[in-house]
Amino acid sequence: MTALINANNISVIRQTKHILKDVSINIADRDFITIIGPNGAGKSMLLKCLMGLYQPEKGSVTKRKNLKIGYIPQRMTSNNSMPITVHGFLRLRKKNNENSLQNTVDEIGIEKILNKPLSVLSGGELQRVLLARSLLNDPELLVLDEPAQNLDISGQLSFYRLLERIYKERNLSILMVSHDLHMVMASTMQVICLFNHICCSGKPSVITKDPEFISLFGNDMANMMSVYQHEHDHDHDHQHTGNEHA
Amino acid sequence: MLDPFILRAIAAGLGVAIIAGTIGCFVVWRKMAYFGDSLAHSALLGIALGLAIGISTYLSTIIACLAFALILLWLQQKNLLATDTLLGILAHAALSIGMIAISVLELRVNLHSYLFGDILTVTSIELWWIYLGGFFVLLMIILNWPSLVLMTIHEELAKAENVNVYFQNLLLMLLMTIVVAVSIRTVGILLISSMLIIPAATARHLVNSPVAMAITASILGSIAVLGGIFLSMELDTPSGPSIVVTAALLFAILFAFSNIILKNNN
Repeated sequence: MTALINANNISVIRQTKHILKDVSINIADRDFITIIGPNGAGKSMLLKCLMGLYQPEKGSVTKRKNLKIGYIPQRMTSNNSMPITVHGFLRLRKKNNENSLQNTVDEIGIEKILNKPLSVLSGGELQRVLLARSLLNDPELLVLDEPAQNLDISGQLSFYRLLERIYKERNLSILMVSHDLHMVMASTMQVICLFNHICCSGKPSVITKDPEFISLFGNDMANMMSVYQHEHDHDHDHQHTGNEHA
Repeated sequence: MLDPFILRAIAAGLGVAIIAGTIGCFVVWRKMAYFGDSLAHSALLGIALGLAIGISTYLSTIIACLAFALILLWLQQKNLLATDTLLGILAHAALSIGMIAISVLELRVNLHSYLFGDILTVTSIELWWIYLGGFFVLLMIILNWPSLVLMTIHEELAKAENVNVYFQNLLLMLLMTIVVAVSIRTVGILLISSMLIIPAATARHLVNSPVAMAITASILGSIAVLGGIFLSMELDTPSGPSIVVTAALLFAILFAFSNIILKNNN
């Protein structure tokens, strides 16, 4: 099975500064990868390179032929000057027939807001609409750039639940930038910790014990995430190592 | 029966109203009002240029406005100053250079008619410019409509869905340039942006889709043109300002009206 996207040693250099340095990522079928990293770590740039929106200065990105990607941006500020309903937005530049559109609307559960203007929607509703739009062309890969950044806790929780359900029900892979790792701990299979280069990567349980992760995010974050994770794993080992890095 | 010059005025006004209403929606959506105004200011330089070297002022206006837009784009990318500051500098510099050129070259122009429009003296050749330019603008808008609207809602999303955002932005600038160039004789340099903004703003709360807003804005603009020409003939008022006043009145009436509807619905 060929990979959906394979990035080989890509580097992005701007004014002699490495935004990305020798980053290699392989995205395969049914992957659920979450990228974390501090501000300015090059996370969004990495997504751009992987989607083919930016040509890295070094290295190569190969995509599977005719790969269908659904993209969900960080946020959508609702522009009150344009009158457009959710339905109008979902139809815009999409060739779906009314039936398949309706199926996606039902799947995401936005039928109640379908005829509302975009400008009156809450942040959570907008993210659901964006998610619905990204699913319209039956993507093989969903790319999300901090999709729940502007939502409150309950909004985040329900958004990630929805995402998890979509991952289970549809045959797709997910690549996401997110700081809310504690929320996606149960579903994410691989975490990539990025700080211009890949600091560490692997299963969430491994990541939280990695010294480089702890030095980047601090012990509190590592501990917090481990706690969440233990709830899922029923792991009762509460001893943590690596305190000296804090 | 109406005099031919009035028929020409009506034909010119309707042509301008239709494209200005459509492009005006993008001006309102993308908050480009100041850009439109500045583009119009730079048009005077184009007019002076055209008169000086003896080519059509429409053509020279389009060239001058395009140059203005490209210089702005170039300066914007340098990220030295805020866009509205750059616009303020460029627009008034262009307007002033235009004025100086007209006076130094002793060009015989009716400055007033360029600044405030003089729709009642539109010639048949000018009608051709309006309708050919207008046809091109409408065609481009219709062909690129979904991409333009999506890009307006969310640029990153549009990029991810393979919209060539760079091209679409340039196209929008070119189309605005054409609209400004062909509108000058109707409402004049100083009032063009009102023909872009007022009908679109009036349409905003009457409709619930982008297409409907563009069509409604075009219709409202047409009503303003007809009303303005009528006003101008009956009361002997200047035509450009009469059109703008009519558009503003329409805005006031319909805005109050749509507010009442909104309140009743809640």
